Order: sequence, then structure tokens, then C-alpha cells
Amino acid sequence: MTRSLTPLSSSPSFRRSSSARFYSPTASLALVTPLIAALLAGFLYPVARLIALSFSGGTLSHYRRVFTEPLHLDVLFGTIEVAFVVTVASLLLGFPVAYLMARLSKGLAMAVAACVFIPLWTSVLVRSYAWVVLLQRNGIINGLLIDTGVTEGPLKLIYTEGAVILAMTHVLMPFMILPIYSALRALPPDYVRAARNLGAGPIRAFVAVTLPLSLPGVFAGSVMCFVLALGFYITPALVGGPGSMLMATLIGQQTTVLLDWPFAAALSTVLLAVTLLFVLLFRRMLSLSKGLNSVY
Amino acid sequence: MIGQTLSLAGLQKRYGEALAVRELTLDIAAGEFVSLLGPSGSGKTTALTMIAGFEAPSAGRIAIGGRDVTLLAPNHRNIGMVFQKYALFPHLTIRQNIAFPLRMRGRMQKTAIARRVEEMLELVQLSGYAERYPNQLSGGQQQRVAVARALAFEPPVLLMDEPLGALDKKLREAMQFEIKQLQERLGATVVYVTHDQDEALTMSDRVAIMSDGRLMQFGTPTELYRQPNTEFVADFIGRMNFLDGDCLDCTAEHTVVRFSERTVLKLRSAANDGTRKYAAGTALRVAIRPERMRLAKRGDGGADALPGVVDAAVFVGSTYIFLVRLADRPEASLQVQVAADGVVPFQRDDAVDIVLDGAAAHVFPVTERCVA
Amino acid sequence: MSIDHPRVTARFPTLKDVLASPTIRSYSTAAAILAAGIGIGGILFFLLLPTLIVLPMSLSQTDYIEFPPQGLTLKWYSAYFNDPDWMAATWFSLKIALATTATATVAGTMAALAIVRGSLPFRSTLQALALGPMIVPHIILGVALYLAFSPLQLTGSFLGFLVAHTVLAVPYVIITVTASLQRFDPTLELAALNCGANRLQAFFLVVLPNIVPGVAAAAVFAFLASFDEATVAFFISDIGGKSIGRKMFEDIDFNLTPVIAAVSTVLVATSLLLMGTVHLMNAHKSRS
Repeated sequence: MTRSLTPLSSSPSFRRSSSARFYSPTASLALVTPLIAALLAGFLYPVARLIALSFSGGTLSHYRRVFTEPLHLDVLFGTIEVAFVVTVASLLLGFPVAYLMARLSKGLAMAVAACVFIPLWTSVLVRSYAWVVLLQRNGIINGLLIDTGVTEGPLKLIYTEGAVILAMTHVLMPFMILPIYSALRALPPDYVRAARNLGAGPIRAFVAVTLPLSLPGVFAGSVMCFVLALGFYITPALVGGPGSMLMATLIGQQTTVLLDWPFAAALSTVLLAVTLLFVLLFRRMLSLSKGLNSVY
Repeated sequence: MIGQTLSLAGLQKRYGEALAVRELTLDIAAGEFVSLLGPSGSGKTTALTMIAGFEAPSAGRIAIGGRDVTLLAPNHRNIGMVFQKYALFPHLTIRQNIAFPLRMRGRMQKTAIARRVEEMLELVQLSGYAERYPNQLSGGQQQRVAVARALAFEPPVLLMDEPLGALDKKLREAMQFEIKQLQERLGATVVYVTHDQDEALTMSDRVAIMSDGRLMQFGTPTELYRQPNTEFVADFIGRMNFLDGDCLDCTAEHTVVRFSERTVLKLRSAANDGTRKYAAGTALRVAIRPERMRLAKRGDGGADALPGVVDAAVFVGSTYIFLVRLADRPEASLQVQVAADGVVPFQRDDAVDIVLDGAAAHVFPVTERCVA
Repeated sequence: MSIDHPRVTARFPTLKDVLASPTIRSYSTAAAILAAGIGIGGILFFLLLPTLIVLPMSLSQTDYIEFPPQGLTLKWYSAYFNDPDWMAATWFSLKIALATTATATVAGTMAALAIVRGSLPFRSTLQALALGPMIVPHIILGVALYLAFSPLQLTGSFLGFLVAHTVLAVPYVIITVTASLQRFDPTLELAALNCGANRLQAFFLVVLPNIVPGVAAAAVFAFLASFDEATVAFFISDIGGKSIGRKMFEDIDFNLTPVIAAVSTVLVATSLLLMGTVHLMNAHKSRS
């Protein structure tokens, strides 16, 4: 932890180290060493191995299977479609909640916030389990529908694409609500007052002022939801069925049932590429910290 | 006496292309109270952070008590520092804050530390507050704790970075007095950064005036006030009138300046720093303080007078300030300070003569900056 | 214009104000607001429903799922606590989660220090890489870790889980501690150095005590990121070492009994307790 006392270059990186406000390059490197070691052993090396396996046999045969068999292409586009639908559903359901949270007085806002945080803090497994119980053939929702005379017999709710979308929307909604909430909170109330003062009605003020200024939060939440939805496994595996196969469940099926690891590796690499593509496309809008920092 | 000498030799700080401090050389005597005074961005705080060791200088040397500390880490410099917003540790009590530097030195026994802390608390009159936390104290009390923490280990040099900036005017004046008394009692060498000239002039033995990273002048408050060696210093310290003219003649004894067709004044050269000679025809800027002029009825001013018309009169307690527009040059007006002794000597629109004390005028070459 | 808006409110009207306002023009406005209220109430109910349902289910007499439950019992809890498989999985997960909390919190806090205060030439790359495990689908990490660990006999092992879960938990720590450090006034550290403290003393005596709420929150995130994790655990578990997440996943798929409801209730209680504590701690901190 010694300070750098060598003659100082004017380059920006050296400038930082000549100041006691910053740690020296040596100290900084020492500080990140454990992280880099963990990332190498638990992230970079395994992913590299996975990608290597997908090219095994020195050919692109596994990728050919991904992109030529209609079933696999259907799953790929189906996954993107489901992610999109889930994102839109989260936005439509989440925006009013975020808006309410930002507008209510402190005590009530805390109560609404609790309704957002409690599911967020509940294990995804527990929530998937609850959906299975709620949606199954002799489950609570079917019971309710029959008792109220809406249907004669039980409906097939579980193991459908609808169930997958419902459960995934539930899991991802907090990731939509929190960034929108923080964008709306950051919006000075004077803007809306000014709009109202200039003669805009409440709806005009909302459309012309509140909505555009909340867009950064909307984008951050949407990108986050979409990217996370692309790779969901637990929820679709438990509440979905053969008719609602997603990339993740397809990979799961290849590894656990068919034991075709090289093909699973190729599917994984494609899913990884698609995910990274969207992350890179929207990286300006994506803010990982936005949602999480408002958690506490 | 705990103070030691501090010398800065050719100190420089470069940030990329910009020079925050250029060639700063200062020799500060043991027990001396020196202020670094300048507008924001003048490099005074950067100079202080280099003395403290928070920033390494790009060039130059720093020595304390004759020992070169340029390359020494900040925690080994043994310099006390009072930070701008005090930087008291919020998670520690006042006692623990003051004991912190003593604990870090590791040479003192627990009982000795406790005794020292009590002494320091007494010194800054906060004996009853030892177990409180910083956020439970007022701004002035926090300021005193910061001073106590900085002085607890009897540092040879104490640095203060705008320590009173966060306090209101009244408290600030009281604290100036307290700090000055404390410094004199302990004989500490103090380097005090401020942008408030009143503060610098009342507290300091000597003041270093900085502008744009450069040392403009280093001297006692009286010297700075009476013999500013640049137009910047003349303008920065106190109230000053500037009037542009042309040099007609310049000798060791006097400078003759023409202000207009009709007005030519002979100023005694002893008033400027004496080193400069101006050729005839040089554009000159004459600086003179409002209290070194007086007003007379038009025609009563004698030879060395500037005719003018009173534009406004402002009562400022013990004196009047008259704003007088020059008869020959209506675009220029001068402030003249007159002692208030009951009667207002002149009214608005009165024709007057401004009588200059030729020995009190300062003559500078005209630079780009337009003042008058 | 001014006839339409005779009242200029000093603050933005809340729902309550609007409902209580005597100036509401028409019943249709009131009806619209009521409908919006019911709609949002429905969304909030939808959010809470899965969490709320596990407790009554875990107390149900019947071994099939029935709602409302017929009679209350704790037998599913005793079944959980007396099942050696469940207990083995629980202890295994607990051990891993505690160890992961330690490694992820230490490594993540150190990295956050370097990111906020250090001089790193490749800072943004490292930051992106460290947050990667949050974005990369966990199924990919699961498959990749299985492929990497299986030849090294690390599947089902404490060490294998520790490495995997540390990587999964570390982004939460970095994000949380970075935010804390950015709120911390670095002048305090300069003051500590000026008082004679070295870098380590300055960190442990001045920086750490001031960012401790953030670090504690980060530790809770890290614990839950490991304890509630199921996807990667699904791939790197084996007969010898199975996490509670893997065990639950299997049972939901093949053996749906109210024991799962009891386990779920325990998991939910743990999460809410830990997160609630962090939340209250920080709410208290920001008040004082």
C-alpha cells in the first residue's frame, strides 16, 4: 500500500495514482485478484470449455442442427417471442404500480413497495411451486372456477405457454417496477405543476411530461426483463410443458434426458450469443444497479 | 513552541496540460501564520494538498524543519490538518476522534492519551462533549473538534483548508480570533487557505496571494495593502480606484501621467515598487485607494487635482463613499472615502476637485484586463 | 382555462386527495379512479399471491393440495425435519451459503474498492465481466460448470458449489458496496492518513465502519443468491452432494407433497427475515 513516488507522467492513469485519493495500481491489482481468480475458475474457463465443446469434432455439425431443424429454430424464435410478451406484460402491469408508488404518501408507498419486494425476496423455486399448486388440474384456481360456475370441469392451465408467461411475468415484474419507480421519483414534481399551471389537464400533463421523463426507467426495466426472460430455466421447466419449450428447457432436455452434451453446448452458445447481442444493443439503457440499489 | 519551518521550492502541479500550481516558492518561519489567499481555482488548495502529501507534486521540493518530505507518504508527515468540512469521523465520539491521531502513533500509553484528550478538549472549551458524536454538535463546535484533533499530536505544521467557510459570519469572526489566539499560544506554524481577504489580513503574519496557479505577492498584510506589486494584488486587496493615462515623463523621483488634455498629474515614483521605469508614451494604469484622496470645492484643489462631479454619496457607517465622475472623462468615475463627522460635505451634482496623495498612488503598465 | 382549473394545488394531488376532493366534476372520473384502484389492487394481489399461499398449504391436513385447508397440522414440518434427505440437502446448502457469503463479500468488497478508488487500466472491462453472471442465463453457467467440474470431480462437492455460487453472488456484492462507497466521503480517508493511519488502518478504522450497512446488505444478498439458487445447483449436484434447491426442484417435478410447502415456508421466512432486517437497518440508518 505504498504510494507511488516515481516521477510523474501526465497520462491520466498515472495521474490517479499520484494522489492519495486513489489506490496505487499495485494495490488496486491486489484488490481485484480474488475476484479475477473466482471469475476465471467459475465463469470464464467453464464458458470457454462449453464453447469449445460446441465445436467438437472440428465441424459446425451441431450448429447446423440448431439452424436447420425447424423444431430448434421454432424454439429459438419462440423464446424471443415469449421474452417479448413477458416484457410487455410486465410493463403494462408494472407501470401503474410504479406510478402509484411514486405518487402515494410515504406510509402507503411503503405498503405498495412491500408488495413488490416480498415476491422479489421469495425464492424463484418457491414461486414456481406455488404456481404449480395454484394452476394444476385439481388446484385452487380450477376449484374456484368450478365453484363459481364459470366452467363445468377443470381447465388445462398448467404446463401451457400461458402458465409460463404468467409465472415469468410474476418473477420479472419487480425488475420492471423498480427502475420505473426510481425514474419517477427522480422527476421533480415542479415539472408536472408547471405543465398544469400552463393549462394542461392531468392526462395531458402525464402524457407530455411524466411519461417521456420516465422513459429511461421504462427502457432500463424492459431491457432487464427481456434479457433475463431469454434465459429462464426453473419456471418454464416446472410450469411449462412439451408445447412450451424454450431455449433453456431445450438445453435442459438435451443434457438430462438425451445426454447430448455437444449439441447442448451448441444450443447454449447460441443462447449466449443472442443474450449478449441484446445486451450490447441496449447496453446504454441497461442499468443493473438501478433495480438492485432501490432494494434496500 | 511546537512550530517548525516550512519551505516550498519551485513546487508545481500539472494535470495533463493544465498547471494547477506553477513554481511556488515560499519560506515560512517557525511559528508563523501564513495564509494562501486567492480566488477559487488559483491553486491554493492544490498547494495545500501537496504539503499534506495527498497529491504528489509534478516538480519541486517540500521541506519541514529542514527535512525534505517531498516523497514521504501522508501518514508519515506528522502534519496536522483541519479540513474544509472538518472530516470528523462520524462513527467515533469526540473523544475517539481526538484520540485517533495519538492511537495511530502507537507510542503513547492509554492513560497518557486520555490525559492528552482532556487537555485538548479543555483547550477548545468542549470538555463536556467528549462522549457525543460529531453530528450532535453545532458547526462551530465541530470546527473546534477538528482543530483539537489536528493539534493533539503537536504537529510542527498545521494546515487549514478554508476551515471557517461553513460557518455564518458572526461565528466566523469569533472563531478567527480563537484560532489566532490558540496559534500564538502554541507557537504553531500555520498554513491557512482562504478566499476571504478580511480573514487572511486579520489572522496572518504574512499572506501569499495566488492567482491562476502563480504566486502574485508574498508579504505582510500592511505591505500588501500599501505596496501591491501588481495590478492584480492592488485590485484584490481592499478597495481600489484605477485610472488609465499616458506616461509623459518617468524618473527615479516621479512619474508624470496625463489623464486628459487638461489634466496632468505628477506622482511620486517612490509609491510604486521603484524597479520599473516607463518610457514616455507608455499606457499606464494608476491605482489609488479611496481613503488616500480627498474632495474640495471646484477650484480649491490646487494643481494636483482632478475636476469631477458627484454622482452619488453612500453612507457606510464611519465614512462616506462619494462616487465622482471626472469632468474631462465622463466614462471614468472614482470612489473617494471621506470621514463622516456629522455634516454631508457634498451633494449629488456638486462640482468638486479630487485631490490625490501623489505618494500613495501606484503605477502599473496597462494590461489586457480593463478595470476602471 | 382558469375556469377549468380553479384550484392550484401546492403539491401533486395523491389518489386520496382526488377521491376526497369536492371539485371532482363527474361520477365518471370517480368511477375511473375506482376502477384504476381495483386494477392496481389486483396487480398487487397477483404479486403477493404465490408467497402468501405456501403458509396455509404447509399447514393443511390433507396430503393433496386443498384450499382453504381442512384443519391445521404441523406434520409436514416434522416430515421435513425428520427426512434425512431433506436435512442433508438443507445442511449442505447452509454450509455452502455461509461460505459463499464470506468469499463473495470479501472478494466483492475488495473489487468494489479497486473499482471506485483504485487505478485500474481495464476497469470497465472488469466491471462488465464481474456483473456477467447476473446476465448470462444460469442454464448456460450450469451446463458450463458441469462440463468444467465433472472431469475434476468437483460436482456435488463443497468446493465446486463454493466457486460456482461465489461467481453468482459476487455481482450483488459489487453493486451494493460500490453504491455505498460512492456515498462515502473520501476526505475522511485522507483525514485518517493525515492522522497517521496507514492504508489498512484507514480502511478498517474509518472506511469500513462507515460502509458497514452496505456490506451487511451485500452479505445478505450473497447468502440468498446461494441459498435460493437452483439452476446451477441442478447441474453441479450429484448423489453425494445435493443442494436444497436441487432437491426441491426434483420433488416439485416428481413428488408433489405438502412437505415442499413446509420447506417453501421455511425458505420464505428466512428470506423475509434477512431482507427485512437489512431494510429496517438501512431505514434506521438513513433516519438518524
